[in-house]
Amino acid sequence: MRAGFVLLAVLAVGLAACGEREQVVVYKQGKYQGKPDGRAWESAPMSAEWRGGNWKQGDRTSWEEQIKNRQLAQHEHKRIYQ
Amino acid sequence: MARMKFLCDAERCIECNGCVTACKNENEVPWGVNRRRVVTINDGVVGAEKSISVACMHCSDAPCAAVCPVDCFYRTDDGVVLHDKDLCIGCGYCFYACPFGAPQFPQAGAFGLRGKMDKCTFCAGGPEPDRSQAEFQKYGRNRLSEGKLPACAEMCSTKALLGGDGDVIADIYRERVTRRGRGADLWGWSSAYGLPGQPKPAAPAPQPAKS
Repeated sequence: MRAGFVLLAVLAVGLAACGEREQVVVYKQGKYQGKPDGRAWESAPMSAEWRGGNWKQGDRTSWEEQIKNRQLAQHEHKRIYQ
Repeated sequence: MARMKFLCDAERCIECNGCVTACKNENEVPWGVNRRRVVTINDGVVGAEKSISVACMHCSDAPCAAVCPVDCFYRTDDGVVLHDKDLCIGCGYCFYACPFGAPQFPQAGAFGLRGKMDKCTFCAGGPEPDRSQAEFQKYGRNRLSEGKLPACAEMCSTKALLGGDGDVIADIYRERVTRRGRGADLWGWSSAYGLPGQPKPAAPAPQPAKS
């Protein structure tokens, strides 16, 4: 009886540190400590009134195509001569 | 996969500050905070004066994120470096780490207390619902979610400032340099993204402590 009590006490004290949380920030690739952020292509395109683009909501490829067209508008040689 | 970057053509920048104004207007940036600014070197020296528009370069291996004690920085799938203002404690470590002086700190109180860090978001908002009022108040407009590019780059009258996927804007710049035959220096790119074929110098090996 007494031996069992001592064993339980030793286990309780010895394992107490196992529940301790890490005190330092753990860096994981692609993750951080803050809130998750939405992705640009998950939003619906804006209306034509707001000069919104043309892509399919949730489709990354079509959104990237829209952004690429927008980028090429910065190329004055193509914008002017074509 | 897009990797969003800024590129400033020092041969074209005329120091009009249109990018600065566009940024402040688009994001309603508070007084005293400049997410973007124009730096001029050799001011007044004929033939040697150059102006460059500077903001967060959204580094591939961002030093601000490396030193942040509360780990409030993250990178989006498009390579944009953003941060969570709910986590930021305004310590200012990121300001010391950044080679471009991008992190800004608004005055938070009458005694000049340093508020939470504010910086260029590549007009990509932050960790709040896209296009929400909360996102706009904390981080500014989310133009990427509207299918648009940052206001500074799109407003640049001489197209000195290019913004977008690194491959696309590098192609635009390459063709431009080929046509004019000079001014191929890409200011800030080696610091922010590392130039291909020029790996960063290795850190010196740790020396054993002398007793």
